[in-house]
Amino acid sequence: MATMAAPVSGVHAESSSPSGIWSWLTTVDHKRIGILYLVSAMFFFVWGGLEALVIRLQLAGPNMGLVSADMYNQLFTMHGTTMVFLVVMPLSSAFFNFLIPLQIGARDVAFPRLNAFSYWVFLFGGLVITLPILFGLAPNGGWFGYAPLTTKAYATGYNIDYWVLGLQILGVASLAAAFNFITTIINMRAPGMHLMRMPIFTWMSFVVQFLVILAFPAITVALVFLMFDRFFGTNFYTIAAGADPLLWQHLFWIFGHPEVYILILPAFGLVSEVLPTFSKKPLFGYPVMVYSGMLIGFLGFGVWAHHMFSVGMGPVADSVFSLTTMLIAIPTGVKILNWISTMWGGNIRFTTSMLFGIALVGLFTIGGISGIMHSSAPADLQQTDSYFVVAHFHYVLFGGAVFGIMAGIYYYFPKMTGRMLDETLGKIHFWTFFIAMNLTFFPMHFAGLYGMPRRIYTYDAGQGWELFNKLSTAGVILQGVGMLVFLYNFIKSWRSGPVAGNNPWGAPTLEWALPSPVPDYNFAHIPTITSRYPLWDQKADELVKSEAETTVGGRLKTAKELGIPMPFPTIRPLIAALLMSTMLCSVLFIHAGNLPLAMTIGIGSFLGLAFTLVSWLTSPLE
Amino acid sequence: MASVAKTDPHHAGDAPHAHPPTSTGLNHRKIAVWAFIGSECMLFVSLISTYLIYKGKSLAGPYPHEWWCRATNTIAKSAAELGQCAPAETFKPILNIPVTSASTFVLLMSSLAMVLALAAVENADLPMPSGAWDRILRSSKTWLWMTAILGTTFLGFQAYEFTSFVHEGLTIRTNLFGSSFFTLTGFHGAHVTVGVLWLLALLGIDYKRGLKPADALNVDIAALYWHFVDVVWIAIFTLIYLIQ
Repeated sequence: MATMAAPVSGVHAESSSPSGIWSWLTTVDHKRIGILYLVSAMFFFVWGGLEALVIRLQLAGPNMGLVSADMYNQLFTMHGTTMVFLVVMPLSSAFFNFLIPLQIGARDVAFPRLNAFSYWVFLFGGLVITLPILFGLAPNGGWFGYAPLTTKAYATGYNIDYWVLGLQILGVASLAAAFNFITTIINMRAPGMHLMRMPIFTWMSFVVQFLVILAFPAITVALVFLMFDRFFGTNFYTIAAGADPLLWQHLFWIFGHPEVYILILPAFGLVSEVLPTFSKKPLFGYPVMVYSGMLIGFLGFGVWAHHMFSVGMGPVADSVFSLTTMLIAIPTGVKILNWISTMWGGNIRFTTSMLFGIALVGLFTIGGISGIMHSSAPADLQQTDSYFVVAHFHYVLFGGAVFGIMAGIYYYFPKMTGRMLDETLGKIHFWTFFIAMNLTFFPMHFAGLYGMPRRIYTYDAGQGWELFNKLSTAGVILQGVGMLVFLYNFIKSWRSGPVAGNNPWGAPTLEWALPSPVPDYNFAHIPTITSRYPLWDQKADELVKSEAETTVGGRLKTAKELGIPMPFPTIRPLIAALLMSTMLCSVLFIHAGNLPLAMTIGIGSFLGLAFTLVSWLTSPLE
Repeated sequence: MASVAKTDPHHAGDAPHAHPPTSTGLNHRKIAVWAFIGSECMLFVSLISTYLIYKGKSLAGPYPHEWWCRATNTIAKSAAELGQCAPAETFKPILNIPVTSASTFVLLMSSLAMVLALAAVENADLPMPSGAWDRILRSSKTWLWMTAILGTTFLGFQAYEFTSFVHEGLTIRTNLFGSSFFTLTGFHGAHVTVGVLWLLALLGIDYKRGLKPADALNVDIAALYWHFVDVVWIAIFTLIYLIQ
């Protein structure tokens, strides 16, 4: 506890809001929805981690027979799909939900009920994709599901159907959330919270929402084509009818590359909150950090074909996409430089959160540099489809996104729960993760350079790959140990960790002016902001009311006592999300050859959805 | 700046029950609908791009602008060029530009009606003028009905177009042109359908309690969507029908 500078202050906010399962099913509170995202994503994290464990056990030695080739295909497909769409994206969503309104001085998001709808759609979409593996029917076409490989001619089972439908449903969740957050950030900032005073996490989230609304339509269209091909016999990916085998690849990667920044920018934002706090210094070059985030988002739309250097696009296209890919290293490098400069000369406290943040800077740089190697088309031709690429994207996504999110979890856990995570267990978690991560993924560089292709379910001895694979497998087992430590710490501290107080880290941004956990109305009054770091530069009484005004009898006043209108809890978003999911999934019965049942479920769900939406739109918000 | 904080009405005045004003002064829904339209642009860009990429790539007819002989699989600029092709094997160009020009005109006119509907709602509180035409201009019901009917007429044209194409031998499964054409225009038609339902919902409110200037925002947002769908059609009409 010696690392915690600020004394415990403020009352521990005993929740006056209702509890019980029904209150969670009907909640429209952005903080609760954020916690729902967090817990669901952690569940999927364990799920996707177990899939990785089986993959690594299968690859531990040559010619192992733990799983069949078909099961292996399902495992690596679902590991990728789960980690991208069901872990990193919703973990980021957890922070968007929890933090954005708090950081900009708002009482909720712009559309609280739509926000609940986004979460439930995400959950149902996630279940549609993940559950089939229990029946050996999981998607098996890789996380980028290249058509025509995924068309009915080559993938006759239900596997790809679940993938197509699940991703469509998840897309709706992401888009609805993005419209919500864009509106919230543009329109709900407290007085004085100019754009260039917004905390950097909110800024990066803002950029990400634009990436979502502009990138997701491309995959939506690609999936619609695939769905029509599979269910209605269209020809979008039928090569025999003259279709272009690269159509899917282009549409997918026009989405897929911005998606990479959708995954990483929120983590960058979190780390940009953590590093200044634990260095006791303002973020170095705040405006440049904002502009480089925007530039990454902008350039992110111009690099997609670097995923396709090996398909033979010709020298002009290869050169252009090489060049844009190299360009994007500049704003990314600027960020790395600014983080280092933020820490430079600072009064650094090595909390667990800070350790994860510093580790991100180093690990992402390693992944970023192997990324620059890929940007050269001739070099990429040697590396593509090998374990070298697997090493690269795990350094940026595990060392980058997951480490950044872990930094965020250790940093914001006190604000979410009112309690501190155990620092000793936290440091054990960090060091196991850090060592295990490098042990798993660093040898993959060599396995790849020695020629080991990705996505093979086994290999022969004597190719020089055994040692690297053994090391990687050992690393994954160690990661599992680290994860268990983390989960134990998470559950134990939530129940009985030390009470945190308002601002245990001495942090500068607005959310730390509020009690922990934050009352349902967030701000008893909307503060006026005059600084980028209000808690370092402004007086407390300018930001929050005195305790005498906001508490009564040792507890926080309720929204009602303060006269703040709160949105009503409602079950309608959940029902609408469920019916939308069943409506889309009804096409599965077309595959089963039962058109009447498909029509019945589809039309029934549609009518139910329409009825729910009318009821939703005509019921008062608050 | 500290003094600003002290005199700020939201700090000192403290009416916590009132919602704070929005940062831009605009309503939340207006911003959200613009973001939505931005996203929809990318959706239609992807659909239109696919159509254009697949243009001329179909291995079999019928084709959008060319004559086709199934027996010999030849394409020609005119029926005469196909020469000996038996009439049963001859397929004419699918796209019917005169008919679609008419439906495009109908859809464009619906946008005009939508503008007048919004104006009528915005002016609903002003004293009713005496001239007959001025009175019609002030009837939101008239213009909402007009918009919805013109939109439905457009959909009728599309239904006619789709069925005649099927009779002429083009379905969504026939070739790349059929797949990309029906998907693109079908998506647009679905958007028009949603717009018509939206207009009918507004009409329902108008009959129930009358749309007042306070409702102008609701009509405005529906109008934004309607005009967007209209603009998309202009792109589709130009790129798919007019340019050969």
